[in-house]
Amino acid sequence: MEPSIITANDLVKRYGDCTAVDGISFSVARGECFGILGPNGAGKTTTIRMISCLSPVTSGELSVDGMQAHLKERRIKSILGVVPQEDNLDPDLSVRQNLRAYSRYFNMPADVAAERIDEVLELMQLSAKGKDRIDELSGGLKRRLTIARGLINQPKILVLDEPTTGLDPQARHLVWQKLRLLRQQGVTILLTTHYMEEASHLCDRVVILNKGKVIAEGDPKGMIARYAGRDVVEIQAEGEERAAVLRRVEAIDGVTVEEVADLLYVYVRGGNGFDVSALNLDEERIVQRRANLEDVFLMLTGRGLEDDE
Amino acid sequence: MSVQTASMPRIDLPTLSPLAFRVWQRNRDVYLNIWRAEVVWPLVDPLITLIALGIGLGDFVELPVEQSYIQFIAPGLLAAFPMWMAAGETGWGSFFRMENHRTFDAIMATPATIDDVVTGEILWASTRACISVVYILVLAVAFGAVDSVLAVFVLPIAFLPGLMFGSISLCWTSMARSISQLNYFFAAFITPQFWLSGVFFPLSELPGWVQVVAWFTPAKHAVDVYRGLVAGDMEVGHLGDIAWMVVVTAIFYCIAVFAMRKRLVK
Repeated sequence: MEPSIITANDLVKRYGDCTAVDGISFSVARGECFGILGPNGAGKTTTIRMISCLSPVTSGELSVDGMQAHLKERRIKSILGVVPQEDNLDPDLSVRQNLRAYSRYFNMPADVAAERIDEVLELMQLSAKGKDRIDELSGGLKRRLTIARGLINQPKILVLDEPTTGLDPQARHLVWQKLRLLRQQGVTILLTTHYMEEASHLCDRVVILNKGKVIAEGDPKGMIARYAGRDVVEIQAEGEERAAVLRRVEAIDGVTVEEVADLLYVYVRGGNGFDVSALNLDEERIVQRRANLEDVFLMLTGRGLEDDE
Repeated sequence: MSVQTASMPRIDLPTLSPLAFRVWQRNRDVYLNIWRAEVVWPLVDPLITLIALGIGLGDFVELPVEQSYIQFIAPGLLAAFPMWMAAGETGWGSFFRMENHRTFDAIMATPATIDDVVTGEILWASTRACISVVYILVLAVAFGAVDSVLAVFVLPIAFLPGLMFGSISLCWTSMARSISQLNYFFAAFITPQFWLSGVFFPLSELPGWVQVVAWFTPAKHAVDVYRGLVAGDMEVGHLGDIAWMVVVTAIFYCIAVFAMRKRLVK
């Protein structure tokens, strides 16, 4: 069995003159949690729609569990669990009926489906909700049900498009906990997100997309070390003070600075570090913290809003 | 491994798979959840029409044939009301499922394809038409408007006009951008057929060119077949009507599949 369960090679998706995905390559290993990150419009959703055989590939190669995406549509879809960004639960059916209707599309016999429905409801802590109507569920419950629905066929790969967008922190942490549990059980997870905290929590490896291209790839820790370093100091300073800080920083090895509006981001990659007390600035205007994936993301995809339409 | 180039337009014929039946089952489940609300209109509408037109207006009507007016309109109603049911199901019903509830997207993320969704929706539309036919047949018998035991064959045959109107309506739905655009279809296509396909008066009363136009309307062929069955007066020409409906159904079914692929598989 080849180690990669998903392989994309020079994958392109065009809509008319618009190129949504512009020749990306990556591979996802069996059993890992793989994140596709990027700002809105980067091509994340388009990429996973192609993997889910919901969107034909314009050019390039895409194989899922050893099958070519354009040749084995039904076979590939039978091993995927797809959790879309937009909840599309069936409001005309109850919670259980939603799962039963879904199980039929996988040709699951009634008795097997009944057992499986109990399992996924239990797993997602929804057992008490079986008879509820969909419009009675909160956003967090709906999202958990959508994930439960995606698990009905015991998928090899769970594909989630922004799984926690719009959820409150409690609901988000519960979803993360469940996804970690699934990963422990050996399910390959492919997710898109623009929450870097989510990617750090869950993903073994990530790619960052921007304007349809892969601009960085790796494990979150390695990427932080490579692009942002160890620590970050955020300094609010303007005018003469700012110039003084910049002069001081430039003299230190292993430190880079990024200027954004009234803030200076000082990235400390190594060496002896950066002694903020020598700056003689108000403590309130200085924040010291560990570098995180968000620093990497913003550094690579830009902080501006120039891409907004 | 070959490099795929998928820029060629998709012109594969519709694929039929048992998963279409799964889509049908989903719609059946919903119907069984809400049947109490759905049962009234298809029952009350034909009942009132039979009373108001068949008995009320019928007293003033003299037909060129030896028939009471209620006997004349009963087979027509077997075509007219189920036409509304089937067209409504793949009209407003399918549009809601597709655009508002995103049910089609959810189904397409499983081994089912858009072809299965289209087929299942049309099968369900036809099922709704058949349920409506059963109601009207029972009413017609109760009003003594059925002359022949051949009328039991209305039911198996009713599946065909159901598929036909379901397919035609889904074609329009696949191109409609908003729910209000569906109204054009019903106002310009379904309502005229309801009144002008020989349901309420013999088309032979109208000028010749109208009869030529009527030949091109789907409902006319369903009405003619039902008239023959209910009166126990079948002719060879009725086979032509059935063939007409089979061909039109096949054409519009294919168009519905192609148009839905274009709309939803991007």
